[in-house]
Amino acid sequence: MSDVKEIAEIPSFTVKLSIRRFDPEKSEEASWQEYEVEMHATDRVLDALHKIKWEQDGSLTFRRSCAHGVCGSDAVRINGRNRLACKTLIKDLDINSTITVEPIKGLPVEKDLIVDMNPFYQAYKDINPFLVANDKPEKERLQSPEDRARYDDTTKCILCAACTTSCPVFWTDGQYFGPAAIVNAHRFIFDSRDEEADVRLDILNDKEGVWRCRTTFNCTEACPRGIEVTKAIAEVKQAILRGRP
Amino acid sequence: MTKVHHHEFDVVIVGAGGAGMRAAIEAGPHARTAVITKLFPTRSHTGAAQGGMAAALANVEEDSWEWHTFDTVKGGDYLVDQDAAEILAKESVQAVIDLENMGLPFNRTPDGKIDQRRFGGHTRDHGKAPVRRSCYAADRTGHMILQTLYQTCVKLGIEFFNEFYVLDMIMTEVDGQEVPAAVVAYDLATGEIHIVRGKSIVYATGGFGKIFKTTSNAHTLTGDGIGIIWRKGLPLEDMEFYQFHPTGLAGLGILLSEAARGEGGILRNASGERFMERYAPTIKDLAPRDMVARAMANEVREGRGAGPNKDYVLLDLTHLEPAVIDAKLPDITEFARTYLGVEPYTEPVPVFPTAHYAMGGIPTNIKAEVLRDNDTVVPGLYAAGECACVSVHGANRLGTNSLLDINVFGKRAGMYAVEYAKTAKLPPLPDNAEAGVIALLDKVRNSKGDEKVAVLRKELQDTMDANAQVYRTEESLNEALNKISELRARYEKISIQDHGQRFNTDLLEAVELGFLLDLAEVLAYASRERRESRGGHFREDYLERNDDKFMVHSMLYREGEPTGEIGAGIRVDWKPVVITNYQPMERKY
Ligand SMILES: Cc1cc2nc3c(=O)[nH]c(=O)nc-3n(C[C@H](O)[C@H](O)[C@H](O)COP(=O)(O)OP(=O)(O)OC[C@H]3O[C@@H](n4cnc5c(N)ncnc54)[C@H](O)[C@@H]3O)c2cc1C
Ligand code: SF4
Ligand code: FES
Repeated sequence: MSDVKEIAEIPSFTVKLSIRRFDPEKSEEASWQEYEVEMHATDRVLDALHKIKWEQDGSLTFRRSCAHGVCGSDAVRINGRNRLACKTLIKDLDINSTITVEPIKGLPVEKDLIVDMNPFYQAYKDINPFLVANDKPEKERLQSPEDRARYDDTTKCILCAACTTSCPVFWTDGQYFGPAAIVNAHRFIFDSRDEEADVRLDILNDKEGVWRCRTTFNCTEACPRGIEVTKAIAEVKQAILRGRP
Repeated sequence: MTKVHHHEFDVVIVGAGGAGMRAAIEAGPHARTAVITKLFPTRSHTGAAQGGMAAALANVEEDSWEWHTFDTVKGGDYLVDQDAAEILAKESVQAVIDLENMGLPFNRTPDGKIDQRRFGGHTRDHGKAPVRRSCYAADRTGHMILQTLYQTCVKLGIEFFNEFYVLDMIMTEVDGQEVPAAVVAYDLATGEIHIVRGKSIVYATGGFGKIFKTTSNAHTLTGDGIGIIWRKGLPLEDMEFYQFHPTGLAGLGILLSEAARGEGGILRNASGERFMERYAPTIKDLAPRDMVARAMANEVREGRGAGPNKDYVLLDLTHLEPAVIDAKLPDITEFARTYLGVEPYTEPVPVFPTAHYAMGGIPTNIKAEVLRDNDTVVPGLYAAGECACVSVHGANRLGTNSLLDINVFGKRAGMYAVEYAKTAKLPPLPDNAEAGVIALLDKVRNSKGDEKVAVLRKELQDTMDANAQVYRTEESLNEALNKISELRARYEKISIQDHGQRFNTDLLEAVELGFLLDLAEVLAYASRERRESRGGHFREDYLERNDDKFMVHSMLYREGEPTGEIGAGIRVDWKPVVITNYQPMERKY
């Protein structure tokens, strides 16, 4: 066994956050509000949000559940970049300047950091996100490890919307399917068990489909699951040109 | 005036985790079905499950459902209802096939079948050696189950009420019997009330790990569903049995799946000793969770813990090939990197037990029907998944048996709920069905004291970690009960800051704390009354299992409003364990 790395006393310090607040019951306008909280380096931005909500301002509103990056509830814009609040450690940000937190862009803001996710879910549903296979096997369908590997990356998606709401094309055109829907289409298009790749390819060949992608790579950078989103989109584009997966 | 909406369905399912959606898939095509869920379905905590789902497919080595049944019974320290365990094991194969057929991307063997791996407590031929029984998709099996079930629900056009918090259930009398008539839900987006009537109602609301401080559970796992059942005067079963998973990230509680040990990971103390060799000589690090968690806590208590405060042990993966780690344990090793800054390829990971899973819950029979006493069914009421107690997990759940449970009994709940709804009439709705929820919310909204929800919740979690965790005594449990009484009194004096209608999570956190207090009290009370050690329940003042007195399930009843006196308002009764094939033996590994 290699040396045991001791976790030393974790330093704590005061962090400044500026959070974009919006409550239509109070005002039509959104505004920035500043907070100061005492945090440890290993704390996450979600811990800071909780600290504010629990100790200073109960009205601060955001979604969260799992707190370790697997449920997709808390995608927000931190210092101008889309991230999960629960996966962003304070120490990885510049703590000498104010940390800004605002809702992800391109979806209607409901209250503070909460956005209306329905347009995002609709795009997901529009690509038929389910296996279509008409055979009736008695046991499991067989799939080789190689075939299984072809779509592994895109099975990791947690529908957090970080990718879609970092996409400049989506910001200007809310009709665009967006990277997340394409990622989920990819997951089925390249699954050897699925029989409806052609339908999905057809859907994504639409004018609001894959061809709107400008390959800016924002989505890949934003994805908290490390999915190679741009690559997945490129593979779908090639499949459309080939006429098959 | 709060706006009240009315809906009518045949089958109403509360909760959209694995159990709720599996039920919906069964019910949806045959009956008008609604799923009400406080989280968007794919955010349910089933998605956090990592290691796998048990089924004796025998794809990689010889296995049988009978061995699986035995392991489940033995793992549960013989408190398992054996008829239910047989169903769990027998129906496991079909449950996995169902998921594969729906599209679940399991890892595959070279010949294309579903691959299987080892997991704690699962053995060949009644304990002879570990067996490869866990079907898995990397270390994100729960994520894949949740996604696949949701995808199937989308395919079937299941109707969801997302971000609706069910806070009450309306019971009514039909033919001299009390039956559920509706659930009352609060719509997070608008603050409006929805009364959803159904012929059958299925609870699938998951666990309540948030009564503890160190837990693998999500912030939202506050046991609301179980709490509602409790407040309706229906009993809860085996609440003293709560599982502490050995390998939570030290200080954080985030889970590192047992798969890490299934793939060869080894637990070591500060001096590098593989200490499980002393506690379970045969299966060592793959002993059942209760044993491993206690062994770890014991190493720390006896001064052999690692770290500056000697308060954790180490999970060593450094001897595994990085390629194996990447292929089979990618997510959990990333947790170690992200949250502790530890590189599992080269450094051992600091771990300590974390509150993980409720073995107890709403008593049901093998048709997922809810019981109002030891054997009387509440017609039309069902429960499945972690909120239910069938009981297939007894005193200690085996890893990979919960993802199985939610699929097998979720499916059964859906099936029997439909069967019942086919002949039942919609129960009449009493007047003012919304009154209870409106009163509950108004009380919190109008309360003007100076107590804070977050402070009370933290004190509750601290006392539960200190007094009702891996080691328990009469004294520590009384201390917890005392503290809970104090917190209840202070809960009457809370105030919240958000008085808006829309997305008022401040209000809901206060309501959730009410459920946490209820469940923590029942857990501590039941733990005090079980004066023996069995499975996950370990009493330092009663070290031995006592089959003469306690080879029975506890059944907890609420006898009126809590008075502030310790345990007043709770009564414990006992229920026989169903034994078919396996007589209780000493549990050795
Ligand atoms: C980190 C982790 C890893 C695990 N790994 C494994 C594993 O490898 N193998 C295994 O077998 N088991 C594992 N388990 C256990 C298993 O995952 C859970 O027990 C199981 O997924 C619970 O499923 P469920 O459907 O009962 O509840 P959940 O998935 O928790 O779903 C609960 C649902 O109820 C809803 N709900 C709750 N309250 C309300 C309310 N008031 N109103 C409306 N809706 C409500 C929620 O929105 C949610 O949809 C793991 C658990 C954890 C925490
Ligand atoms: S692809 Fe990544 S960023 Fe996009 S929704 Fe899925 S998990 Fe989130
Ligand atoms: S809270 Fe679940 S992903 Fe952040």
